[in-house]
Amino acid sequence: MTASSARQINLIGGIITLLTLIIAILWAFPIYWGIVSSLKPENEVVRPYIELWPDTLTFEHYIFALTETQIGRWYINSIATAVGATILTISTSMLVGYALSQLRFPLRRPLYWLILASFMVPTQTLIINHFVLVANMGLLNTWAGIILPQLINPVVIIVYKQFFDQVPRDFREAAVMDNAGEFRILFKVYMPMNWGVTTALAIVTFIWSWNSFLWPFLAVTKTEMMTITVGITQVSDAFGVYYASQLAAAVLAGLPVALAYLLFQRRVTQAITLSAGIKG
Amino acid sequence: MLRNTRRETLVALVLIAPFLAIYGLTFVYPTVAMVNLSFTDAPLIGPGEWVGFDNYTRLTGERRFDTAFWNTAYFVALSVIPGTFVAMVIALGVSRLTGRMQALVLALFFLPYILPVSVVYRLWDWTLNFQFGIAMYVFDLWGIERVPIFKTTTWFMPAVAFVTIWWTCGFSILLFLAGLRSIPAEIYEAASLDNTGRWTMFRRITWPLLWPVTALVTTIQLILQLKIFDQVYLFSTGGRPNDNLVLVYYIFQRAFVNNQGGRAAAIAVVLFLIVVIVSVLNFQLMRLAERRK
Repeated sequence: MTASSARQINLIGGIITLLTLIIAILWAFPIYWGIVSSLKPENEVVRPYIELWPDTLTFEHYIFALTETQIGRWYINSIATAVGATILTISTSMLVGYALSQLRFPLRRPLYWLILASFMVPTQTLIINHFVLVANMGLLNTWAGIILPQLINPVVIIVYKQFFDQVPRDFREAAVMDNAGEFRILFKVYMPMNWGVTTALAIVTFIWSWNSFLWPFLAVTKTEMMTITVGITQVSDAFGVYYASQLAAAVLAGLPVALAYLLFQRRVTQAITLSAGIKG
Repeated sequence: MLRNTRRETLVALVLIAPFLAIYGLTFVYPTVAMVNLSFTDAPLIGPGEWVGFDNYTRLTGERRFDTAFWNTAYFVALSVIPGTFVAMVIALGVSRLTGRMQALVLALFFLPYILPVSVVYRLWDWTLNFQFGIAMYVFDLWGIERVPIFKTTTWFMPAVAFVTIWWTCGFSILLFLAGLRSIPAEIYEAASLDNTGRWTMFRRITWPLLWPVTALVTTIQLILQLKIFDQVYLFSTGGRPNDNLVLVYYIFQRAFVNNQGGRAAAIAVVLFLIVVIVSVLNFQLMRLAERRK
């Protein structure tokens, strides 16, 4: 390769890298713009020119949202339902994944097929009957009612099964020989091998649950029982058409999941690639 | 040994019992009940008379169903292939970077995917706001006439597809990056010894080896976008929901606004079948691809 053609290739490479950086910044810009706008007084927000940084930095919209609206209550609902859904999903899925992978029992194949089938079924089409079911159980406007249909999460089971599959079955049999109880084996031997996966799956399940919109939107009619993702779009009179206030509420709604991602970036990306069936 | 198997079965039963209870209640039962409901004229809650296939035959030629069906197809066309393409291009760019720089740039692209749909809605409703949106100043700058984007039928679907690509692209980018990493560097090294050009390298090496991931991303996107509701619903508020109907939105309208459980269930069954057929086809294709390896 001649020196000039090498330089030419480096130049093209440099341009591509530069373009990637520019697009990345533009890509995240709406998020930045939303945050900056929420820190401006209302009269500055509607100025007919672009200001990338507020003239007067103010937290008044955040103080307003936290003290004058039901956002605190919605936070509690979101945390309770997301944590509840995560704990239930992770624990039941882990048990099933373990049973499917390490135990031999009748109807094991049909069970596996049921789980694969539930992959394909769009839960959005079940909203009518989920509503009827939850209404008949008297669980509308309750945390349990919000959580229940969110527990269909076959991906988590499959990921657990695949992880337990990597452990040879002799492992369990040796432990059984030593007279270790079944639950002891699961919790003392198998679980510790999978802490990484468990944390990763728990974080994304929490994020998925926090972000879910359609079902919490249907299951709740009382404003004080809404989750934050539903509440900030449904109770507009609390914020009016004050753009900065609306954006402050949105920032508050997105903050916990954004933080969870930024703190556990590796785990989140690991869980996402695993859930798509790619060994990451 | 017999005692051992019996014990194993018993343990397995205990372990899968909570799962069976939950899936029976929230998955198997509602699926059967939905099919059942679609053959009756029941309201959302309460009993109804058996009407056979009436709810289904009424869907043919019905205006709202046609709108919902074609809008869903239109949205899928606007979001799936373009979204996959954008994700691939971005992933190729990101894969050139290394270390902290790559982590930072990837985070910028991935962050939207982590956000709840209502936050995405607020951000873009503000960015594209007719009066004060920053995008409109850019329009002014370039001499493009301002449009109330989410209030016009022409711009609604393309704009929602655009926002959806922005929102969900991070997921596809991750999958493409994983695919790119699995291509051995030696292949590129060998090719560059032969003085192969950048474009030829992409066409002859990257593109074919990335093909399985491309197929995976496209089908995941396809199945996901067929079920669109949240964004369409949110951006329609204060706009023209009846022109912007998509299938899930129509199910919601029939069931929860018109209080017609039976008729809503029929639409749900139709969408259910579409998604299941696409998923099964996809599953079979994947199996074929596996076998050919």
